[in-house]
Amino acid sequence: MLFETLKLALASILRNALRSFLTVLGVVIGVASVIAMVTVGQGSSDQVIADVEQLGTNVLMVLPGQQAMGSRSMGERARPFTLRDVDLLLEAVPTIEAAAPIASGQATMVFGSENHRAQITATDARYLVASDWPLALGRNFTVGETQGGRAACILGETVREALFRASDPVGESIRVRNFTCEVIGVLVAKGASSFGTDQDDVVLMPIRTFQRRVAGNTDVATIYVAIEDGVSTEDAMREIEFVMRDLRRIGETEEDDFTVMDMKQVASMLTGITGVLTGLLAAVAAVSLLVGGIGIMNIMLVSVTERTREIGIRMAIGAQANQVLMQFLIEAVALSLLGGVLGAVLGLIIAAVVSHLMVIPFAPDPLIILLAFVFSAFVGVIFGYFPARSAARLDPIEALRHE
Amino acid sequence: MAEDLLISLRQIKRIYGSGAAEVRALDGVDIDITPGEFVAIMGPSGSGKSTAMNVIGCLDRPTSGQYRFNGVEVGGLSNDQRALLRRHYLGFIFQGYNLLPRMSARDNVELPLIYKGLPKQERIARAERALDLVGLGGRAGHDPSQLSGGQQQRVAIARALAGEPQVVLADEPTGNLDTKRSAEIMELLVDLRRERNLTIVMVTHEDDMAAYADRLIWMVDGKVQRDGPTRREVQDAV
Ligand SMILES: Nc1ncnc2c1ncn2[C@@H]1O[C@H](COP(=O)(O)OP(=O)(O)OP(=O)(O)O)[C@@H](O)[C@H]1O
Ligand SMILES: [Mg+2]
Repeated sequence: MLFETLKLALASILRNALRSFLTVLGVVIGVASVIAMVTVGQGSSDQVIADVEQLGTNVLMVLPGQQAMGSRSMGERARPFTLRDVDLLLEAVPTIEAAAPIASGQATMVFGSENHRAQITATDARYLVASDWPLALGRNFTVGETQGGRAACILGETVREALFRASDPVGESIRVRNFTCEVIGVLVAKGASSFGTDQDDVVLMPIRTFQRRVAGNTDVATIYVAIEDGVSTEDAMREIEFVMRDLRRIGETEEDDFTVMDMKQVASMLTGITGVLTGLLAAVAAVSLLVGGIGIMNIMLVSVTERTREIGIRMAIGAQANQVLMQFLIEAVALSLLGGVLGAVLGLIIAAVVSHLMVIPFAPDPLIILLAFVFSAFVGVIFGYFPARSAARLDPIEALRHE
Repeated sequence: MAEDLLISLRQIKRIYGSGAAEVRALDGVDIDITPGEFVAIMGPSGSGKSTAMNVIGCLDRPTSGQYRFNGVEVGGLSNDQRALLRRHYLGFIFQGYNLLPRMSARDNVELPLIYKGLPKQERIARAERALDLVGLGGRAGHDPSQLSGGQQQRVAIARALAGEPQVVLADEPTGNLDTKRSAEIMELLVDLRRERNLTIVMVTHEDDMAAYADRLIWMVDGKVQRDGPTRREVQDAV
């Protein structure tokens, strides 16, 4: 009986193929957007985690201020670090293998008649090693250059392309703000990051050079710390925290005005941002599913009216109210499930294309797809129930007399 | 006495509306039908023939009075129980055929068997046998829109018979057909009745059709005016 009803429902859906398609469009869009967004979101999270893990599990990040999500001091401006902090930290904590300071800013670079605005990452020679970023041309900074704050820089591929086109930039000088900087190397192209930003649109320079000539201060925004192999991350983090509190003269009762994070925490903070975005967009998708459900209800009501005589015939033949109810309910559910299937296919295609363009892994989650099906069936039941009930409540004689 | 009665209506009233607008569609009807009878109901338009058929067919509930089917008091049955009664004991033939459009003749005939819960194989076999019986074996795959009026009504008869009911209720089954087709349908009904010992209750406006029955009930203003053997009654009425 159930199978017959299902077959009948499918037949009636196919009979009005175009109308059925337009009816379920809302559900298709809803399901497609949920699946596309969750899949792309998952892919970019995977990418962030992979990117961060590439930095090494023994790498820690020290940032000024409280970075934890929802913390009450979040966004409050905390004192930045200085290069002295970095040196003292390195001295005080024996398990630290290396510590690299990082500061960043933006500036316009000029070469000949070309100019280009790019991100500056100011650091020292250890940065390229720690981030495992090879050079395509030239060489890394020397210790002398970073210590002395020499005007030397390494270009990202996007900057090189913008300023030098096809010619070899190594040995040339570019203007950054009001000083001239010798190009000593070019980085290998990395492409877009998991957030879609161009990672190659960057210029590296020694942090002392940056502080003196660009920023005009002695601030260090972030300290990358590599700890020795075999040392527990927790222990190292605790020790760094202790030393930093001392360096920054934080009283016993005061909270930290800096944060030490390991790469797992960095990854979860970054993926947390994409998670919030995914959640927001999923809410939009839920609204579109709701609208889709109302569309189904509307068409089912029309269908009940159109088929009043059929309902009368079925009742005369011996159909019970519940069987009529089931017939229309199953039809509504089949309709919205059809929307769910079309939506899932469409969503996965969109996700695959977007993942390809963003160069992130395509990460379809079977659970989400299943959830989308369950949800679209649910939409069918909820919005199909009212029309189905009105069909089941028809009086057989009046239904038979209906033109 | 009531033991061998199949259908027994006692003082059945069906009143529509109230007060000045009150319509007594049935106004105290007594009808007894024994198994195997072929009863024709005639009467002027608006005399309550269809209303009586709806009551007998358990589609409508009378305002008052007692209706027993096979000794069971129908007034005490729920809507679902009435549906079961229709499903297992009754077959309907309507003036307008009432086939489901865009469904083949076979699917239409199969419909009551689906509600009876028969397995697919048996349903198809029975539906095709029923279509053979009405002479439409070769048209099983046709849609109603591809069939003539007479053919459609024969599909409807096949549908009414496929479930092997005890009683066939036909409200003006030949009302939309010409004389020749009407005669074919009536002969088919008479044959089937003889073969299966069917009970048939048929409403008609035509004496020629009523003549196939062996008993005639003449209704006027919601009441049974005359009830007796056909030919004599028809001759009297003319
Ligand atoms: N739903 C209804 N509401 C109000 N009055 C009704 C309703 N159905 C039938 N009637 C009235 O009941 C009376 C009997 O109607 P019924 O349909 O039984 O007549 P009939 O004998 O079948 O007529 P016909 O030969 O024209 O088919 C008529 O006066 C009709 O107007
Ligand atoms: Mg009538």
